[in-house]
Amino acid sequence: MLDLLSGFVVELRSAGLPVSLTEHLDAARAVHHVPLEDRHALKAALGATLVKSSAHWGAFETAFEIYFAPRHGTGQRGSEVDGLPDAPEGAPGEPGAASGAEGAGAGRGEGGAVDSLSAEELAAMVLRAVRSGDRALAAAAARHAVERYAAMEPGRPVGGTYYLYRTLRHLDLDSLLERLMDEERAETALTALEERLVADEYRARIAALRAAVEAEIRRRLVADRGAEALAKSVRRPLPEDVDVMHATAEELAALHRALHPLSRKLAVRLGRKRRHRRRGPLDFRATVRRSLSTGGVPVEPRFRHPKPAKPEIFVVADISGSVASFARFTLQLVYAISTQFAKVRSFVFVDAIDEVTGIFERADDPSSAVRRITAEADVVWVDGHSDYGHALSEFDRRWGDDVTSRATVLVLGDARNNYHASGAWVLERLQHQARHVYWLNPEPRQYWGSGDSIVDEYAVHCDAVVECRTLRQLERFVAELA
Amino acid sequence: MSGATGDQGAAAVRFGSIQAVADDLGRAGYVADETIAGVVFLADRLAKPVLVEGPAGTGKTQLAKSVAEMTGSRLIRLQCYEGLDESKALYEWNYRKQLLRIQADQSSSSWERLEEDIFSESFLLTRPLLEAIRADEPVVLLVDEVDRVELETEALLLEVLSEYQVSIPELGTVRATRLPLVFLTSNNTRELSEALKRRCLYLHVDYPDLAREREIVRRRVPGIGDELSDQVARIVRSLRTLELRKPPSVAETLDWARTLVVLGTTSIDAAGARDTLHVLLKYEQDIERARKELLAGSA
Repeated sequence: MLDLLSGFVVELRSAGLPVSLTEHLDAARAVHHVPLEDRHALKAALGATLVKSSAHWGAFETAFEIYFAPRHGTGQRGSEVDGLPDAPEGAPGEPGAASGAEGAGAGRGEGGAVDSLSAEELAAMVLRAVRSGDRALAAAAARHAVERYAAMEPGRPVGGTYYLYRTLRHLDLDSLLERLMDEERAETALTALEERLVADEYRARIAALRAAVEAEIRRRLVADRGAEALAKSVRRPLPEDVDVMHATAEELAALHRALHPLSRKLAVRLGRKRRHRRRGPLDFRATVRRSLSTGGVPVEPRFRHPKPAKPEIFVVADISGSVASFARFTLQLVYAISTQFAKVRSFVFVDAIDEVTGIFERADDPSSAVRRITAEADVVWVDGHSDYGHALSEFDRRWGDDVTSRATVLVLGDARNNYHASGAWVLERLQHQARHVYWLNPEPRQYWGSGDSIVDEYAVHCDAVVECRTLRQLERFVAELA
Repeated sequence: MSGATGDQGAAAVRFGSIQAVADDLGRAGYVADETIAGVVFLADRLAKPVLVEGPAGTGKTQLAKSVAEMTGSRLIRLQCYEGLDESKALYEWNYRKQLLRIQADQSSSSWERLEEDIFSESFLLTRPLLEAIRADEPVVLLVDEVDRVELETEALLLEVLSEYQVSIPELGTVRATRLPLVFLTSNNTRELSEALKRRCLYLHVDYPDLAREREIVRRRVPGIGDELSDQVARIVRSLRTLELRKPPSVAETLDWARTLVVLGTTSIDAAGARDTLHVLLKYEQDIERARKELLAGSA
C-alpha cells in the first residue's frame, strides 16, 4: 500500500500538483484510519491530505481512478476481464441487470463469448438504463458497449479518448435524449418547466452513463498497461497552464470557468495591495479620540488610508483568427477588474482598428461583450489579414492625443504582420507619451522573430514584451500592472 | 511537528467509524455525503484542522455548528475580517485595567511586584483562539472566512493549528489540555498560504447533487411534502446549469422551500415559480434569464 501511495504521489507531482513531504506523510497516516476496501473513504482521505485546491481536484480524480481502480480484473487481460466483473458490480442491482441481460449472462457463463449482445439488444439496454436511472444497469450497459464498440487493442499506447469516442459514436447519446423526450411528450402533455426538468434529469443520467463508459475503458487500460504508463498518457495540464492559443474547445470552456474566480481574486488582491502599500499621513483626530481610552496617552497613532492614483489602461488587441481567443481572454480579464483602473479603453484590429469601449460599457458583463465584438467592431480594411502597421498608424491618427502620461498601453498580438510595414514609429511615439507600453505575445518565446513575426522590431520601443501563453502568466502580468 | 500532534491525537477519539459520523451528523440535521463524513472522521483521528472551501451558502459554517452539536461541544467562533490582529484573535493585555492598577497604588509596592502583578492572568483578555486552547470542556473552534485576513495575519493561526498551543511572552506557553476540533472556512477570494494549507485537511464543499439536496430540503424545512421537495431540488439543479451571475446556494434553496411552504404550495407550477423566483436569485438579469429559459412557454 505504501509503495502504491508513493507512486501515486509521484504521479500527482508530475501532473503539476504541489504535494509536500508533510502531506505525503499525512496521507500515509490517514490511510491507516480508513477501511481500505472502502474506495470512497480512501478517496476522501487521500483527497483531504494531498489536494489543497479545488482547481486540482480534476487531476487528482483522474490519477486516483487509475491508481486505485476497482480491484477486480487488475493484472488480467482479455476474456477473463469480461467474465469476472459481473460478480461484484452487477450484484446490487441484480434484478435490473438480469432482466436486461439474461441472454447475455448465459452466454458469458458458458464460454465468455466476446459479442454477447446484439446491437439492438444493447441499444435497448442503454435506453432502459437511462430511462430507469438504475446505476447497476448503466454500469452493465457501459461494459457491454465498451466490449462491443471500443475494439481495444492490447498494448497500444493511447490515452483512451480514442476508444471513448468510438464507443460513444455508436451509442449516439444525443439522439437518445431526443427519443426519450419524444416518449415523455407522447405520454403526457408537459409544460415548458416540466419539460426542462425532465430533460435535465435525462441529461444527468446520460452524463452518468458516459462516465461509466469512461471508467470501464480506463479500467481495461489499467489492466492492460499498468497504472503508471496510463497515467502518463492521460495527463493533462492544469487549467491555469493550458496554452490559450492551442486550447481545445473543452479546455477553453474550462478556462472560462477558471476566469471568473480568478478575476475576483485578482480584484481583491489588487485592492488590498493598494490600500496596504504604505501608510498615509497621521490622522490626528482619530488618534486623539483613541487616546481617550488610555487616559489621554496616545498609545496607538492612527493613519489615514492612502489613495494612490490608479492607472489608465489602453488595450490594443489583434483579434485576427490566430490570436483571437487570447485577445478575448485578456480583454475579459482586464474588464472584470476594471474597478482597479481609473479608466479602461479598448481597441481591436485586424487590418483596420476600431474602438470597442462602448460595447463593454453597454453590456451586462464582459463575457457577453466579448462575444459581440467580432460582430460589431469594424476591423477589416482590405483583406482581413493582420496588418499591424496600418492599424497602429490609424490608432495614432485617431486616438494618439488621448494617450497621456497617466496611461499604460497594452498591445496584444503575435506580431505576425504578413510582411506589411511595421509602423514601429507609432510605438516609439506612444512610449514617449504614455507611462508604460507593454506588448503581450501569446506565442512561445522561441518562435518570436521567426517567419513574419516582427516582435523584435516593436520590442525596442516597449517597456517589456511578455510571453503570455497561459492563464497563469496572464494573471501574473496583470497583478504587476495595477 | 507532525509527530508531536500525532502523539497528542491519540488521546482524542470521538468517533467510531465514518458511518457513525454520517449518522450523528444526520441526527444533528446535517446531511453529509461520504467525503464530508470521511474528512470529519479523519480530522478527529489525525488531530488536524479542516479547511473547508467552496461557494457561499453551501453549509460550510453549518458543518462546524453541526459537529459541535453532535459532539456536545461548545462552539467558539472567530470571525475573520480585514485588519484582524493578534489582540483580536489570540489575547490582549487589558491595559486600561493595568493603568488603573498602577495608579491605584503608586506609592506602596515595589515596581517588581507590580510588574509581576499586572502581567498575571487576571489582566489577560482571552480572545477566541486562546479561549479554545484553554477550555476545559470539549470545544469546536470555527475560524470563519479565513481568506479575509491578510497573508501576514495568517501566520498567527499557524502555531495554534499545528501545535495547539499559544505562546505569551510574559506568561509562557499555554498548551491545550483537550484538543479542539478546528474548522476553517474560506470563500476562496484569495489563495491561502502554503503553510496554512499544509497544516490542514482540505475539504471542498460544492453544491450538493440532486438526492442530497432533496434530503437537505426535507430535513431542514418542516412540513414540506415529498413532491414539493423533489420539485424544488430539480428546479434548483436546472437553474445551476444556466450561466448565472450567482447560482442559487443551498441556503437560498431552503429559503425558497420555506417560502413555498408558507404560501401553502404543494406543487409548483410555472406561475408559482415565477412569482417566488426572487427568493432564489438575487440579480435582476439572473431572474430574467431564468424566466426566459425555464419558464418561457407559460409567460
